[in-house]
Amino acid sequence: MKMNLKSISFAFVAGLLLLSGCGKETVKNSGSGEGAKEKYTIGITQFVAHPSLDAATEGFKKALEDEGFKDGENVEFDFQNAQADMNNTQTIANNFVGDKVDLIFANATPSAVSALNATKDIPILFTSVTDPVGAGLVDAFDKPGDNITGTTDNHPEGTAKTINFIIEEAGAKTIGIIYNAGEQNSEVQVEEVKKLAEAKGAKIVEASVSTSAEVKQATESLVGRVDAIYVPTDNTVVSALESVIFVANSKKLPLFVGELDSMKRGAVAASGFSYYDLGYQTGKMAAEILKGNKKPSEIPVELPSSLTLMINKKAAEEQGLEVKQEWEKIAEFFDGE
Amino acid sequence: MFTAIFGAFEAGIIYAIMALGVYLSFRVLDFPDLTVDGSFVTGAAVAATMIVNGMNPFIATILALIAGFAAGCLTGVLHTFGKINALLSGILMMIALYSINLRIMGKSNVPLLNSETAMTNIRDAWDKTGFDSIFNSILSTVGLGDSLPRTWGILIVMLIVTFTIKFLTDQFLKTEIGLAIRATGDNKRMIRSLSANTNVTVILGLGISNAMVAFSGALIAQQGGFADVGMGIGMIIIGLASVIIGEALFGTKTIARTTLAVIGGAIIYRIVVTLALRVDFLEPGDMKLITATIVILALVTPKIIDSTKEKKRKARKQAEFIAFNSLPDERKGEADAEIKPSP
Repeated sequence: MKMNLKSISFAFVAGLLLLSGCGKETVKNSGSGEGAKEKYTIGITQFVAHPSLDAATEGFKKALEDEGFKDGENVEFDFQNAQADMNNTQTIANNFVGDKVDLIFANATPSAVSALNATKDIPILFTSVTDPVGAGLVDAFDKPGDNITGTTDNHPEGTAKTINFIIEEAGAKTIGIIYNAGEQNSEVQVEEVKKLAEAKGAKIVEASVSTSAEVKQATESLVGRVDAIYVPTDNTVVSALESVIFVANSKKLPLFVGELDSMKRGAVAASGFSYYDLGYQTGKMAAEILKGNKKPSEIPVELPSSLTLMINKKAAEEQGLEVKQEWEKIAEFFDGE
Repeated sequence: MFTAIFGAFEAGIIYAIMALGVYLSFRVLDFPDLTVDGSFVTGAAVAATMIVNGMNPFIATILALIAGFAAGCLTGVLHTFGKINALLSGILMMIALYSINLRIMGKSNVPLLNSETAMTNIRDAWDKTGFDSIFNSILSTVGLGDSLPRTWGILIVMLIVTFTIKFLTDQFLKTEIGLAIRATGDNKRMIRSLSANTNVTVILGLGISNAMVAFSGALIAQQGGFADVGMGIGMIIIGLASVIIGEALFGTKTIARTTLAVIGGAIIYRIVVTLALRVDFLEPGDMKLITATIVILALVTPKIIDSTKEKKRKARKQAEFIAFNSLPDERKGEADAEIKPSP
C-alpha cells in the first residue's frame, strides 16, 4: 500500500514532466531563419482572456494562414495566457526561450515587456500595446529593436474623434472618465482626453478604480455630476463594463468607450478598429519575418490601418440620447449582430 | 524544458526572500500580515524610480528595503498602539500602500528594460569571469547543449544573497531580541510577565518581515524589467504557499531547517507554475487549477503515506496483542520477557 501511494505520486509527477516534454520538439534547421523550415513553432503569450485580445490572437493566426502558415501543418502555436498575473508573464517568456520557438507573439504590454526581457534574438511581435515607446519596447516607431516590432492599439485620431463627437454632437459639457490609475495605457489616454476636452471648453471629472469590483460604485459616483461617461481602453473597467452600462441605462447617461468591442456590449459610440484586424496586421508582419524577407528592425511599428466611428442605436435609445439621421455622414450605425 | 526550470529557479530564489519575510510574520510572530501585497510593490517602486532617476541600482535596492521596513513598522503601530485587529491593520496598510506606490512611481508602470540595474551589473561582472563557458560545457557534455541559459551569474549571486539573508535570520532569531520576537508569537502574556515590551517586538518583527518582502520586490522588478502597481496582487498567497509547501516537504525541526524549507518551498512553487504552464492538453485558463492540484498533491501525499504507516503500525500491534492473549498462561511470561527485556 505504501509503495503504491509513493509510486502513484511519482508516476503523476513523471507523467506531468513527460506531458510537458511532449509535442514541443521543433525541427531544427541549420539556417539562420533563412529559407523554409518544415515546421515553425510560434509562442503566443497573452496577458489575460479578454474579448479584444482574443480577437487579436484570432486575427494573427488567420493572417499567417493566408500567408501559407497553416496551423498543424507547417506551423504550431503554443498559446499561453498569464491570467492577468504579472509574475507569470516572465515564466511564460522563459518557457518560450527554452523551447527555442521561432517567433513570439506578445499580446498586451506586460507580456511584451517580459518577452523582450527574456530574449534579445528570437523575433517578437507585439500587439494591443498602447504606448510601445513609453513601455521601453522600442526607441521610436520607425526604429524598433533588433528583434522586436509590432502594432499599437492607440490610433492618434481615435480618441479625438470620439471626444469631439461627445462634445459637439451629443452636447455634453462635463464628461466623466472611469479608469484604473494602475494601468499605464489608461493614464496616457486620460491625459489625452483632458487636453482634447479643454481645447473644446468641456470639463472632465475623473473616477479611478483599482479593481473591477469597484467599477459600479465609481460609475454611481458620477451620476448627477456629468452629462456623459467615457471609458478608455482600460482592462479593469472594460472587464466590468456591464456594471457601467447598467448604471448608464438606468440613469440615462450616454456612455462612450474607447474601442468597438466594448461599444457592441452596450455603449453609445466608439471610434476604433477591430482588434481582429489589428491582429491580422501583426500576422502579416510575422509572415514577412518567418519567410526571411525582413528583419524585425526593418519593419516600423504600425498603427491600426482603419478607423471608423460607430454608433450603437439600441444603446443610444437606452441611455436617452436621440440619434440624429445626419450622423450617417460621420459615422456608421451598429444595429446589433 | 531545462531553460524553463532554470528560469523557475532564478525567480524562485528571489521570491524565497519574500517567503522568508512571510514566514517571519506568519509563523514566528503568529501575525497574519497582509501588508505583503503592498510592500512587495513598494520595494519594486522605490528601486525602479531611483534607478530611472540615475541612482546606483545597489543603493536603490537598499533604499527599497528601508521603505519596506517603514511600511511594516506602520502596520505594527496600527496594531499595537491603534489597537486594530491584526488582519485588519495589514489590510488597511495594503490598501494605503496602493496609492502610496502610485505616488512613488508617478505612474502605474516604470519600465527598466533600457536601464542599468543590479541584475545587468551582475550579469556584466559575471561575463568577465568566464564561468559561464565552464558551466555550459558541462551541460553540453550531459546532452543539454541546445538550451543553455543566458547567464549563470544571477542565479549564483542570488543563491548567495538569499542564503546570506537566511543565515542572518537564523542568527537574529537566536539573539535576545530575536528570542523575544519568537516568544511574542508563542505566548504574549508570558513574555509580558517577563517584562518584555511586546509592542516593540511586534513592530520590529513586522518591519524586518516587510523589509525582506520589499527587498525581494526590488530584485524581481530588476529581473523582470519593470515595476508595476499590480505586481503585488496575490503575493501573500504565493508567500504562504511557499512557507506551507516547504514546511510539509522539508520539515520544521529547527529554525535553521525551517528557513531552508521555506526557500525550498518558494523554488518548488515557481517550478510547479512552470510545469502547469507546460501541460499541453488543457485550456490556458486551467493553469491556476493545475497549480492548485499539484500543490494539493504535494501536501496531501506525505500525509497519506504517514497515516498508512500509522495504520500498519497499529494493525501490527493489534495482531501482537491478540497473539499474546491467545497464548496459554504459562507462555505469557516468556513472551512478555521477549517483548520487554528485563533491565
